[in-house]
Amino acid sequence: MAQKLLYCLGLLWLALLPAEALALRVFACEPEWAALAREVGGDRVDVYSAVTGLQDVHVVQARPSLIARYRRADLVICTGADLESGWLPLLLRQGANPRAQPGKPGFLEAARHVRMLEKPASLDRARGELHAMGNPHIQTAPGNIAAVAPVLAERLALIDPEGRAHYEAAANDFLRRWEAAIGDWEARAAPVRGMAIITHHRSWVYLVDWLQMREVASLEPKPGIEPSASHLAALLEEVRGEDVRLIVRSAYQGARASEWLSERTGIPPVVLPHTVGSVEGADDLFSMFDVMIDRLVEAAR
Amino acid sequence: MSFAKSSYFASAPTASACALALLAAGPTPAQGVISGNEFNPAITLILDGQYSSYSNDPEDYGISGFLLDEEAGPTAEGFSLDESELNISANVDDWFYGFSSIVFEDDENETEVELEEAYFETLALPAGWTIKGGKFLSGIGYHNGQHPHSWDFADEPLAYRAMLGKAFTDVGAQARWVAPTDLFVQFGAEAFRGASFPSSGSANDGTGAWSLFAKFGGDVGPSNSWKAGVSWLGYDTEGWDTDFGDGELSLDGDGDLLMAEFVWKWAPDGNPRERALTLQAEYLHREEDGDAEFGADDLAEQSDYDFDQDGFYVQGVYRFRPGWRVGVRYDWSADNDVPGLTAGSTLDDDRDPERLTAMIDWAHTEFSRLRLQVAKDDSYDDSDTQVVLQYVLSLGPHGAHSF
Repeated sequence: MAQKLLYCLGLLWLALLPAEALALRVFACEPEWAALAREVGGDRVDVYSAVTGLQDVHVVQARPSLIARYRRADLVICTGADLESGWLPLLLRQGANPRAQPGKPGFLEAARHVRMLEKPASLDRARGELHAMGNPHIQTAPGNIAAVAPVLAERLALIDPEGRAHYEAAANDFLRRWEAAIGDWEARAAPVRGMAIITHHRSWVYLVDWLQMREVASLEPKPGIEPSASHLAALLEEVRGEDVRLIVRSAYQGARASEWLSERTGIPPVVLPHTVGSVEGADDLFSMFDVMIDRLVEAAR
Repeated sequence: MSFAKSSYFASAPTASACALALLAAGPTPAQGVISGNEFNPAITLILDGQYSSYSNDPEDYGISGFLLDEEAGPTAEGFSLDESELNISANVDDWFYGFSSIVFEDDENETEVELEEAYFETLALPAGWTIKGGKFLSGIGYHNGQHPHSWDFADEPLAYRAMLGKAFTDVGAQARWVAPTDLFVQFGAEAFRGASFPSSGSANDGTGAWSLFAKFGGDVGPSNSWKAGVSWLGYDTEGWDTDFGDGELSLDGDGDLLMAEFVWKWAPDGNPRERALTLQAEYLHREEDGDAEFGADDLAEQSDYDFDQDGFYVQGVYRFRPGWRVGVRYDWSADNDVPGLTAGSTLDDDRDPERLTAMIDWAHTEFSRLRLQVAKDDSYDDSDTQVVLQYVLSLGPHGAHSF
């Protein structure tokens, strides 16, 4: 009886093993990198995103579930540039995963492969939560996604050499479709050029830079510091008479401050998809930017 | 790898994407001269001070049924600096991570320096293993591993104060293993010198305390996550003594401490900036026995001791708007009757110590926190009302806090 049971368990093990062994485990800190890994990895990867589109990446905790997922990851892809400094360092140490440590092929920081904006000239916390390497919210410009895609494909190929041809082909295919989409977005976004917006947090600088909009103010008095009544009152005076078209926030930011300002200025508040899964319809990288452009163009009318 | 990237991008109609792609083609080389300090470790200084008001004299403090560590008890009345904590950490190389926490305690303008932690941890062991060595906070329990600046209340749970001093930290080694499962499963074992309360005397040639722990955790949907665990700490107590009545009490024996922990965290969609709730509870059970000697003047009495003690706390902390949190904590402890030497002392008190604490705190940023805490402390026969106004400031890099 016991032998039979062992035999059955053995069969079960064998049946489960190939499925386990085949897929490369990708741990993405943010949903945009998870989506990119799905584009480039296809069926060869099993992707997990540490943060959902509705969560604030600044205040994620190193939850037990994240440690467990980190432990088994073959590749970890994060924005880096200190964006995840509140929790990623703990995963690095608690996750006990030598493959996914800085300097190893299994650890990819996307921000190292793009041109960073807003690199502060001096670091003083009196000026709010600054990131020494520059503004880390790089995913709101499609050019940055394009810059990371080949690096990701190369890393996947290093870890899984058998899949090299697949990753190269998938990355090239993605880049081809992506470039076409960028052309389309830029054409559609022509009316947005020069449009003045107010943002909740300075997490849209790459978008503003890409579409050549004007970010005239932020609801946060300083990066990372909650909007205060006095700051909002001062803002109200500041934007009076300016043709500001939108108050932009992310899905995880409270509506209070934007609605307060909106009621007094008539400027509509809007939630733009800061990542995949953050608003309805933004289900992958392409639809995320589709929704973003739609909402911007509507405001420009 | 031969990507179509360069040729493709060159023909792309979009100038901006092309420029970005070119810029991304190679990371910018590091600039500047080697000045010798570019590899500085991360340095964080924690400033922690408070104003406290107690209805009882804190000098009289005790917990019925427990012999306390000499450091245990409320902080001084009035203005006081609890602990200024200097944390220095960095990856040593690709194999090791190093951390040290140096604590400056101010006592009536005399500064005491204490090495709270100084340890290394491996980064490169395969198969989920990590080895830690040096002086460190033991992995037992939930609250034990947390530094005071990340506590939800101004003071430690009563059961910790009674049975572990504040927290169990000692010189030793730890091995821990994380299972390759989606459910978080971790096992750990530790051996310590046995020089810190409740152990004493560095018994067995300097291996006087041991521990085992198992931790589990996971998520329930995007909004909920939990952690649970059980731990055991075994230790020898050699020549531990304390002022007791008119003389001194000295203990030689051993003890076992069993702990169970449970933490549940909730936030809408897992986004704790606006609203979040943390429920946390731990149960501690301790058994100690051995020989006690009571010495007063020329008299010396001997007897056995056999303690059987329990304690738990349960607490909830709720963030009701950005930066603002309220919390409530209930502490309770109990012990068996210890006959003999201790008749008429705090050890021979039938009362079950308990305490009810409420706090409200406000964080301007994650680097600054102000807290008001009120407690009704019935640890000993005189009920004490405690009011604490506290600040906790953190200077330096963003510290990562464990779940």
